[in-house]
Amino acid sequence: MTTSFLAAEPVRAAAGVLQSNAWVLIALPLLGAAVLLLVGRRGNAWGHVLGCATVLAAFGYGLALFASALGDPHPVRDLYLFSWIPVNALQVDFGLRLDPLSLVFVLLITGVGSLIHIYSIGYMAHDQQGRTGGANTERRRFFGYLNLFVAAMLVLVLGNGFVTLYLGWEGVGLASYLLIGFWQRRRTAGAAATKAFVMNRIGDVGLALAIFLLFAKLGTTQYTEVFARADELSSGVLLAITLLLLLGACGKSGQVPLQAWLPDAMEGPTPVSALIHAATMVTAGVYLIARANPLYTLSEGGQLAVTIVGAVTLLVGCVIGCAYDDIKKVLAYSTVSQIGYMILAVGLGPAGYALGIMHLLTHGFFKAGLFLGAGSVMHGMNDEVDMRRYGGLYRYMPITFVTFALGYLALIGFPFLSGYYSKDAIIEAAFGQGSWQGWVFGGAAALGAGLTAFYMTRLVLMTFFGPRRWENLTTADGEKYHPHESPAVMTVPMILLAVGSVGAGAFFTFGERLVGYLTPALGELEEGHAGVLPHVLIPVLTVGLSALGALAAWLFVGRRRVEVARPQRVSPVVRAARADLYGNAINRALVVRPTDGLARGLVTVDSRGVDGAVDGLAGFLGAASHGLRRWQSGFVRSYALSMFTGGVLLVAAMLAVGMP
Amino acid sequence: MLDPYIPLVLMFALAFGFAVFSVAIAPLVGPRRYNKAKLDAYECGIEPSPPPVTGGGRMPVAYYLTAMMFILFDIEMVFLFPYAVSADSLGMWGVAAVVLFVVSFGLADIYLWRRGGLDWN
Amino acid sequence: MGPVQAGAVVLAQQPVEPPPIEYAAIAPVLLMLTAACVGVIVEAFLPRHQRWSVQVGLSLLTLVVAGVALGAYARGAGTGLTTLAGTIAVDTPTLFLWGTLLALGFASILLIADRSVEQGGAFVAESDASSGSSGLGASSGLSASSGPARGATADSSAPSPTMTRATAGVSGMRTEVFPLAMFSLSGMMVFCAANDLLTMFIALEVLSLPLYLLCGLAKRRRLLSQEAAVKYFLLGAFASAFFLYGLALLYGYSGSVKLAAISEATAGSDRSDTLLFAGIGLLVVGLLFKASVGPFHAWTPDVYHGAPTAVTGFMAACTKVAAFGAILRVLQVALEASSWEWHYVLWTVAVLSMLIGVVLGLTQTDIKRMIAYSSIAHAGFLLVGAIALTDRGLSGTLFYLLAYGFTTVAVFGVISLVRTSEGEATHLSGWAGLAKRSPLVAAVFTFLLLALAGIPMTSGFMGKFYVFSAAVTDGMVPLVVIALVASAAAAFFYLRVIVLMYFNEPAADGPTVSVPGAFTTAAITLGVVVTLLLGVLPTLAWNWANVGGFVS
Repeated sequence: MTTSFLAAEPVRAAAGVLQSNAWVLIALPLLGAAVLLLVGRRGNAWGHVLGCATVLAAFGYGLALFASALGDPHPVRDLYLFSWIPVNALQVDFGLRLDPLSLVFVLLITGVGSLIHIYSIGYMAHDQQGRTGGANTERRRFFGYLNLFVAAMLVLVLGNGFVTLYLGWEGVGLASYLLIGFWQRRRTAGAAATKAFVMNRIGDVGLALAIFLLFAKLGTTQYTEVFARADELSSGVLLAITLLLLLGACGKSGQVPLQAWLPDAMEGPTPVSALIHAATMVTAGVYLIARANPLYTLSEGGQLAVTIVGAVTLLVGCVIGCAYDDIKKVLAYSTVSQIGYMILAVGLGPAGYALGIMHLLTHGFFKAGLFLGAGSVMHGMNDEVDMRRYGGLYRYMPITFVTFALGYLALIGFPFLSGYYSKDAIIEAAFGQGSWQGWVFGGAAALGAGLTAFYMTRLVLMTFFGPRRWENLTTADGEKYHPHESPAVMTVPMILLAVGSVGAGAFFTFGERLVGYLTPALGELEEGHAGVLPHVLIPVLTVGLSALGALAAWLFVGRRRVEVARPQRVSPVVRAARADLYGNAINRALVVRPTDGLARGLVTVDSRGVDGAVDGLAGFLGAASHGLRRWQSGFVRSYALSMFTGGVLLVAAMLAVGMP
Repeated sequence: MLDPYIPLVLMFALAFGFAVFSVAIAPLVGPRRYNKAKLDAYECGIEPSPPPVTGGGRMPVAYYLTAMMFILFDIEMVFLFPYAVSADSLGMWGVAAVVLFVVSFGLADIYLWRRGGLDWN
Repeated sequence: MGPVQAGAVVLAQQPVEPPPIEYAAIAPVLLMLTAACVGVIVEAFLPRHQRWSVQVGLSLLTLVVAGVALGAYARGAGTGLTTLAGTIAVDTPTLFLWGTLLALGFASILLIADRSVEQGGAFVAESDASSGSSGLGASSGLSASSGPARGATADSSAPSPTMTRATAGVSGMRTEVFPLAMFSLSGMMVFCAANDLLTMFIALEVLSLPLYLLCGLAKRRRLLSQEAAVKYFLLGAFASAFFLYGLALLYGYSGSVKLAAISEATAGSDRSDTLLFAGIGLLVVGLLFKASVGPFHAWTPDVYHGAPTAVTGFMAACTKVAAFGAILRVLQVALEASSWEWHYVLWTVAVLSMLIGVVLGLTQTDIKRMIAYSSIAHAGFLLVGAIALTDRGLSGTLFYLLAYGFTTVAVFGVISLVRTSEGEATHLSGWAGLAKRSPLVAAVFTFLLLALAGIPMTSGFMGKFYVFSAAVTDGMVPLVVIALVASAAAAFFYLRVIVLMYFNEPAADGPTVSVPGAFTTAAITLGVVVTLLLGVLPTLAWNWANVGGFVS
């Protein structure tokens, strides 16, 4: 491993009006959230407009910032804002890090965020949930949470220290909790929100411990100083820090073993799924590892752990994705698996950081497009999510179909669409590792590509092709399905995202635009060593495997009749996949049970031991009180006597102590 | 070390002894002729009416007022005498101080007068 | 040979240099005394209907002006100075205590001035006839003092209806309460600044005598109020005697009443220690009585119970500040050198005070008595800080006094709001379900009780934290452990009231909550805001309390 970029770009102070006012980026959505959540009913009429306007304005500002920084010879800038936690040795400044990495994320978050905001205007227009507040109250609240989410996410990626990142990290956790549980009336939504929150907490503990460790060993938590002095850390400490950071990343990004919350989080409204899963929240883990790249580069053990997590997750996600019938859950597991790719990429070290970010960006486009497409389908199908009840929908919602199909092709790595460039590059880099690692990780990544093609083709076939199974069915409320195309406010964002799905990969790749742009933040991209497979062979292999997967899907799903009822007699593999590969069961056994047991034990200790002692003491004091209050007789003479006695005793004690 | 206090202690002892002696000797040697006036509660030489607390009645509060006024002027005198003795050496500052003192006493007197404390009815 | 004969020497006829006076330093006290005197004149000459507004305006204005004078002086003050021939020490603790007293006095005067909660004010009205005998002093019922002492106020025995009906007067209130309160406040200010024992004694009397009167001026439950006044007076006189006797013995020991001289004498001498220790003991008893500490607390519940609620608030907040100011000064300036001898004695007293306050507070059924026992427990906590003879102990105790004072004033403000047709509903049963009828008042009272219990985010927590940490630093870990257990146990009876307010059904004929007038609202708001502010931003006051110690 090279350490060449440790001395990479020196960090300079922010310059220029645009950069020194970059806090506006965060302030805008934060202000929007504050106004929307505090103004009450009066904001119902214009709440959604404000919500969109703040994010769009932030996007505009981000674009301007990005454009102005393009020609900058020193693109890594720090903007000091104020001293945040000045406590003795712990000096935490609040500031912003403006460099290619953070700016790319800013554009992704605000750009995709804007589209999702606009889409939500249409999607949430009729949301009432049987509340008295009316549709607009709910929508205003929803936009408030969305703005809060965007603001927190921006703090996360813009912060110039680990503590600032942690602030955003927790803010994102809170906002996602509120959004996933947005439909409060549903028990499942509440449970999903709690699950997401709790599992995120497990990751957060890792992140917090990593920060504590950094402070304990280096006495600082600001990026500049930590990275400059990373080589002072012993290898054991580095390993511990990198593993703890990885735990944090696993929680936020839904990686094994903390992946179980992500599919459940589909209980939220679909724009939330798109926002959280496709574009932003789950990428936080990737961002964290990419940001902490100087630490990972120094720790081979840490890198290996990251790659293992990434490889396992991408396979787990694929396998489970094959088994689900719920369109959003399939997409959710698809996300889990794609994030696995990104984690795998950033785990490869300097050979992969930029690739991980590139896949993150392209994935942001096509996964957001897919989610919005799924939302559009559900919108037209009375919120039905079971793909077995779909079929032949391409006629009824052509725009949705086309955009969805483009996203699908991009995802499975159809040549020259976005996914082709970003995913293949990762697979190639994985094979580029020497020895057994190249075979294992490259093989896993390639196998994942095949599986991805299978489950995505299955999804598209079941949804848009085949017989119209919904014709003979009714909804849970007994109504007929009337599939229809969604309004323009929903389709336009989908079209824009589809354009991105098609062109983004090529745009980023030609002339190594993105990789070159990110170099100041992430270091030079290293070409793979002599890999275990020849370079030429890898794209062929990948495309071939994908084609095979798609073909298999057509053979098993497209040609056969799809039963409306879920087949129960299935092989053990499918059963395991349907059970999330027992992810929840493992969680229950490893985390929930012990915690429950501990809590129960503590309750026993509390009710027997502590309560017993307290009750006993209380009883004793009460009895003493009843006895003593007789002394308070109301007679002034007895009061005087008590004072006199006290005085005599006090003087006597004084004399006794003082006179030897 | 406690030498200066020995005469004091003797003085106390003497006073105590005299008091005990007087009380003890009176019933032994004195004549015993009771009448009604002797058994009455003593109150400034006049008949207590209504009878004091043992009878369940009340004392006229005016008595206390008079006593308070007496103490007021009494204290004023107590402070004025020493001032008068050393007025020369205290100079103008002493005059100012004593005027302030008298004025603040005067305030109390004025209050007493305005609120009818001097009317005896 | 010295002291006895020296007193007999007649002054020679030579000019006496007047001692220099730092008028700027003592301006707040002078202003207060002047205003009190003017208040007496107002009583004497103004027609009755004008007196209330003039007195209220005069008192509040004076407090503000005195506060401004204090602030102006404090801005340029150094570490401190003594003036008036060394009888008054104006140092940082003095300035802090004066500021505290003025602020608490302001809040208390607001409570006293209220005429809307109780129609015409909570004080006995002017009797319509201007006849001499009843126009002055306690108007009637003095027999309560000399009559057979009944156990009327024994705990939990409610006053009989005949007593509560004994209300007097037509309308309006005796406006003498304002000059009386001002005199008392002046006395308190001198008390905690007094640099010799004689000045301290005079100040003690100046602060006490008006309080005795104020206690007896309740409009409702006349007999209870007068009984309280007489009890307080008798026991107060008794305690003054202790103080005076201790003063005399210390004078006998050191040949001076100046605190600095006593300190010098204790530092190294071969004089009789009997005089010293007996003197300290008796002096301290007198001081502890005023602060309602430990076994010298017996008057507290009865007097808090009987006095008009506004006066109780005034007494509980301001007297405690003044008394502990004096205790701190005496212990730290005069008796520090002999601390080894008295340290464990006062240690024990602090424990006793906490135990008495907490244990007896548990079974109280009257809210005012409960707060009285709470104040006894708090006095124990304060004593913990006071006997830690360090700068941290000093500043912690000062902070605690400020915090406790404001919370207490607001507590009594709220208590005065909950009423039945008979007057204040001080019996706890009347507070059941209060939250359902008046959520705001219940919430405010809950907050204040939590502050008294010392829950974080309130000033009470910070006060306890400062005091206990100072004590730990001074090596009194066992005492702090006892104090923590005591505050945990004390939390029970505060929480009991909260539970009562929130989780019980209100009685059908229970009390109503009066809509407070502007004055009471202002006083309660002030108390609550300060309680919250000091809990969240304790450095506001801590920085001030934490600079410099006593001078002498």
